[in-house]
Amino acid sequence: MSQTDLEIVVDDPTAPEENSPSVTSSGTVEIIVCLLLLALAAILGYDNWRTGASWDSTGPEAGYFPFYLSIVLAGGSLYGLIAALVARRGAAETFVTRAQARRVMAMFVPTLLFCLATQFLGLYVASFLLIAGFMRAIGKIALWKSLLTAFLFTAIMFVTFDIAFDVIMPKGPLEAAFGY
Amino acid sequence: MEAFGLLLHGFAVLLTWKTLALMMVGLVLGIFVGVLPGLGGPNGVAILLPLTFTMDPTSAIVMLSCIYWGALFGGAITSILFNIPGEAWSVATTFDGYPMAQQGKAAEALTAAFTSSFIGSLVAVLLITFLAPMISSFALKFGPPEFFAVYLLTFCSFVGLGREAKHKTVISMSLGLLLAGVGMDTVSGQLRMTFGSSELLRGINFLVAVIGLFGISEILLTMEERLALRGHAASISLRVVLSVWKDLPKYWVTLLRSSFIGCWLGITPGGAIAASFMGYNLAKRFSKDPESFGKGRIEGVFAPETAAHASGTAALLPMLALGIPGSGTAAILLGGLMVWGLNPGPLLFVEHKDFVWGLIASMYLGNVVGLVLVLTTVPIFASILRVPFAAVAPMIVVSCAIGAYAIQNAMFDIWLMLGFGVVGYVFKKIGIPLAPFTLALVLGNRAEDAFRLSMIGSGGDLKVFWSNSLVGSITTLAIVLLFWPAIEKVARRIL
Repeated sequence: MSQTDLEIVVDDPTAPEENSPSVTSSGTVEIIVCLLLLALAAILGYDNWRTGASWDSTGPEAGYFPFYLSIVLAGGSLYGLIAALVARRGAAETFVTRAQARRVMAMFVPTLLFCLATQFLGLYVASFLLIAGFMRAIGKIALWKSLLTAFLFTAIMFVTFDIAFDVIMPKGPLEAAFGY
Repeated sequence: MEAFGLLLHGFAVLLTWKTLALMMVGLVLGIFVGVLPGLGGPNGVAILLPLTFTMDPTSAIVMLSCIYWGALFGGAITSILFNIPGEAWSVATTFDGYPMAQQGKAAEALTAAFTSSFIGSLVAVLLITFLAPMISSFALKFGPPEFFAVYLLTFCSFVGLGREAKHKTVISMSLGLLLAGVGMDTVSGQLRMTFGSSELLRGINFLVAVIGLFGISEILLTMEERLALRGHAASISLRVVLSVWKDLPKYWVTLLRSSFIGCWLGITPGGAIAASFMGYNLAKRFSKDPESFGKGRIEGVFAPETAAHASGTAALLPMLALGIPGSGTAAILLGGLMVWGLNPGPLLFVEHKDFVWGLIASMYLGNVVGLVLVLTTVPIFASILRVPFAAVAPMIVVSCAIGAYAIQNAMFDIWLMLGFGVVGYVFKKIGIPLAPFTLALVLGNRAEDAFRLSMIGSGGDLKVFWSNSLVGSITTLAIVLLFWPAIEKVARRIL
């Protein structure tokens, strides 16, 4: 016998609803991705052709290998594009529902802001802001808990990386004020 | 028995307090990332890699490989207690593991999972110990054409044997190879695909891409799902452990079969996911009572876990012996080798004996210590799941950013990581596999160099890839594997 009387239950109050309408189908996204990849293949292919994609006296030129890879990429994307266009008439699979998209954005936008803040305020200040802000705004966790967690985590990271392991992170005005 | 002596030397390298402490830290961190939703083997290793940048290579690889073992162990905890496979290779473990937990046999299921993981890894490590030095000394005779043929074989087998749609594997792989070429060309010194940007001069760093592709995208994907969970708490008593171990000999066929499948699929790029399912299905097929599978049968835990771990460990064999990773995580470890200034490939066994044998010894020791650690600390790790995801997610994002920045001290890399996060999210949702991309990105430059050196050597004659029986048979095998699905179809029609 083992002890399994205890149960662990974690709720997710902001979970995406099951019946949320679809924003877009996988087929549409597949078409967009294939088009983007085709464009990328064209740009890279052109650049490599410009660099030199043929043979000279020593062997293949610098652009040779990547030039032919761009052609392979273009071929794969073209096939994917046609396959997606043909399959489109069939059942459209949901890429993301509206509720899911909202949640993903709730993660993505703060991450984007965090990257911006890192550029101007340094990583540690940005990290404090991201953790405290995310816990409070998205997780609806008590303010003092959010602030304390954010402070402790950031402090541990600072001590671990900048002091113990000598891995130097980008800094901003706050660290400068303390002489780091 | 030269390997045995060298292995003992490896243990001597390991047995310092510092290395042992790093081992424990690695295991704990690994179990932690294995248990947390939205993280797992490759992500955990990628995010924690920067911690090792200032260490000596041996300590670094010991810690990283222990993170990996820990993550493998950790995945089983959530599969059994919560019916949430932390990793795709833990899916098969939930089939019988979760029903066992529901029947109040969680401790037995966990013990079975950990023990079989241990056995699987052990078989694979034994294989590595004796086979890797042989393969690498054989590979020392390789010239550029042979190396290119081996790279080609790796790429082709991914396309031919992968389960995903072929064109998607091709897209993923060619994109990876292309991005690997960005920056300065190593042979001619010319700039390629930089478009005048000074940031792109450095090239696209493999680890930055991995942190974005696996770390950031996984967080975005996890947010999509319902994060509520309900599961069992369990602690394992010594009595349960002993009773499970007492029954082990009964299942020796299952254990051996799964170990074999795992080793095979780990060395070839079939991977742990395929191994775990195959291990499970074969155990079911050969069972006298296949109906009882899926209802809480202990064999249903033994079979997939043994195979998954044997495969995860065996994937390190080609990485060590040839410099070709057999899995995503092995690719990241390979990226780590380069950061620490080691050149992966057969010369590793000659030039860095301490490193290689230290690593192999740490596989033995790490697995033993890991087994004891998980058996004793399950309740603590299971309760990590109580920590709200809203607190965990931003911390992971910060860790990813630290990791991405630390590699080259470049702010641009943090943006690149974010970009790869979005790419990874979209690719995963439309079924473009990320493993070929990772592999291509890490091997791209080496494959191209090998190709161009062969061409320079032969004066531009492609027949160099069939110039002797060794390189000829590898190249031919590569082409056969590339067209394997078509060949199989034709063969079926004829037979």
